[in-house]
Amino acid sequence: MDSRFGRFWLAMGYAFLYIPILTLVVLSFNESKLVSVWGGFSLKWYGVLAKDEAVIDALFLTLRIAFFSATAAVILGTLAAFAMVRYPRFFGRTTFSAHLNAPLVVPEVITGLSLLLFFVMIQNLLGPVEEWGPFLTLFKNTFGFPEERGAFTIWAGHASIGMAFAAVVIQSRLIEMDKSLEEAAMDLGCKPFQVFYLVTFPQIVPALLSAWLLTFTISMDDVVTTAFLSGPASTTLPVLIMGKARLGLDPTINAIATITVAIVACAVFAGSLYMFRQEKKLAAEAAAAYRDAD
Amino acid sequence: MNARNAQADAGFVRIDRLTKRFDDVAAVDNVSIEIAKGEIFALLGSSGCGKSTLLRMLAGFETPSEGTIYLEGQPVSAMQPYNRPINMMFQSYALFPHLTVWDNIAFGLKREGMPKAQIEERVEEMLRIVQLKKFVKRKPHQLSGGQQQRVALARALAKRPKLLLLDEPLGALDAKLREETQMELKNIIKNVGVTCVLVTHDQDEAMTMADRIAIMSEGRFRQVGLPFEIYETPNCRFVADFIGKVNLFDGALTEDAPDYCVVTTPEGVFYVNHGVTGTEGMDVTVAVRPEKIGLSSSAPTDTSRNAVTGTIVTNSYYGSASIYHVQLATGKRVLVSCEHSSRHDEHFQRDDPVWLCWEPESLVVLRS
Ligand SMILES: Nc1ncnc2c1ncn2[C@@H]1O[C@H](COP(=O)(O)OP(=O)(O)OP(=O)(O)O)[C@@H](O)[C@H]1O
Ligand SMILES: [Mg+2]
Repeated sequence: MDSRFGRFWLAMGYAFLYIPILTLVVLSFNESKLVSVWGGFSLKWYGVLAKDEAVIDALFLTLRIAFFSATAAVILGTLAAFAMVRYPRFFGRTTFSAHLNAPLVVPEVITGLSLLLFFVMIQNLLGPVEEWGPFLTLFKNTFGFPEERGAFTIWAGHASIGMAFAAVVIQSRLIEMDKSLEEAAMDLGCKPFQVFYLVTFPQIVPALLSAWLLTFTISMDDVVTTAFLSGPASTTLPVLIMGKARLGLDPTINAIATITVAIVACAVFAGSLYMFRQEKKLAAEAAAAYRDAD
Repeated sequence: MNARNAQADAGFVRIDRLTKRFDDVAAVDNVSIEIAKGEIFALLGSSGCGKSTLLRMLAGFETPSEGTIYLEGQPVSAMQPYNRPINMMFQSYALFPHLTVWDNIAFGLKREGMPKAQIEERVEEMLRIVQLKKFVKRKPHQLSGGQQQRVALARALAKRPKLLLLDEPLGALDAKLREETQMELKNIIKNVGVTCVLVTHDQDEAMTMADRIAIMSEGRFRQVGLPFEIYETPNCRFVADFIGKVNLFDGALTEDAPDYCVVTTPEGVFYVNHGVTGTEGMDVTVAVRPEKIGLSSSAPTDTSRNAVTGTIVTNSYYGSASIYHVQLATGKRVLVSCEHSSRHDEHFQRDDPVWLCWEPESLVVLRS
């Protein structure tokens, strides 16, 4: 009786989590434009989407920003985590720690607003970029910054928020890592940078991967900060969906959302597959070890 | 070997007034010592006495607050750990989990830029020394504790360091394996001929493995000497108490001649067959080891021996020996250990009145 009771609540839990998403996926295949009427199965809305350049552009922009901001966040987060874990004392450590963790606790609206003000201030301080020489001009022509906000400012904002999350994940891995491994490497002749890429890096790869996935998804579904930092020519998918939803329930939104869910699900699946393989490999190695021990 | 060489060998490692302070607390306090080439030198002390800190300064992981370390006459304390011809075996072994046994051992050689063929030869040699040939392809997590310990040793020896540092080398092994490994480890180190500084808090380990032992407490060396010197001639209360079991009697020096002295304690007047440098009347402690005390049911006939009476409080029979706790008239308890060299040795029971006696030369007078 106990187990049946448990299973009931488990089912309720799953239902609570997944029924809304399932509804959305099912409705994306609905022929009818009305949510309340099932008009039969159809790929109509996907067809509409495929022709909608705004949506396609937004999707690729979102993926691009997510990819690069996750990469930047992991690199910066690794550096920050190293500073926090390996150097128990340096000038301004407490302040640094507070600033590093700020995005985790400060409301996103505030973060977004302050980033926006920061970028505007830079733009005002610099004035016309052409006066600052060819390098900044090239920068402006490539990224559109600081003349206007767009992909670059969104990327920078997401990277700085993502860095906080990445740093937390990587810090915890660094803390649990045996410090004497690094000392042993140094003892055996590694210079500090060699210590990092020969010993520390291989130890923290899983943490780097999960930090990357985490910051990738954070960037991908971010609306608030993005809304502050985007310019006229840079609408990301979540912002686009928000805009469309405000104009009324359009079935193409369901199709977009279904595609997003599919991408995220693929990423999660790939992650678990990797973990599973890794575990199987370890088990096989251990089994092999016992075999040739006899 | 000529005299000059012997001299160079004696000061192979020279530690000169080395001090390390953490936040004004001295973890290592003004330590000076010379270690000879090929010697196994043990640092023995209780937890927190600064053994590891001293070892880590030798390895280069801690910078001395004061003092210098010389290796073959060259100061090394300013050198980075990766430039020192010194290798360490870590207490946790610190084997690289992502590398196989072979790669772990070859790790230091590769950093040296040694040619490939030579690396293979050296790793082969190391694997033979530690008898791990079968396990080259394994990762550390596929090895038992004892095997991991041997990989760590092979890795530390692979670069042929001038000085090998061992931090609690057997600390992670269980008691039985530890005993077996002690001799094996000592043989390997002696065969390789490397000079070795060993940290341990296990006195049996220090006694069996080391040529010389330094007893540390609160960052200082209390006594440095051969294992038997430390045991038989401790130079202070702390060392006598720290190494092995001991009975201590506090008293005053009442007679002091060049070849004998007399110490008067509440338990009795004890004759010691060596003089001490001290003034009559000063407070001293006499120490006697449990195995140097004899028990008998009648008064000893030989009056040159020190003798007191007491009552057996506990008796424990171990087959090869018996351990007794004996209470003296003053209430002091004395530990006595009797080796059974004959099958018909006398056995004592609880509450038996007994005589305890020991030779004048069994006593050590401690002035601090
Ligand atoms: N990095 C450090 N910062 C501050 N204090 C330290 C540091 N390392 C060691 N100490 C202090 O120095 C003293 C000696 O430490 P050490 O590790 O050398 O002891 P130990 O003799 O090796 O003890 P154990 O047998 O427990 O390993 C201790 O009181 C310890 O708290
Ligand atoms: Mg220690």
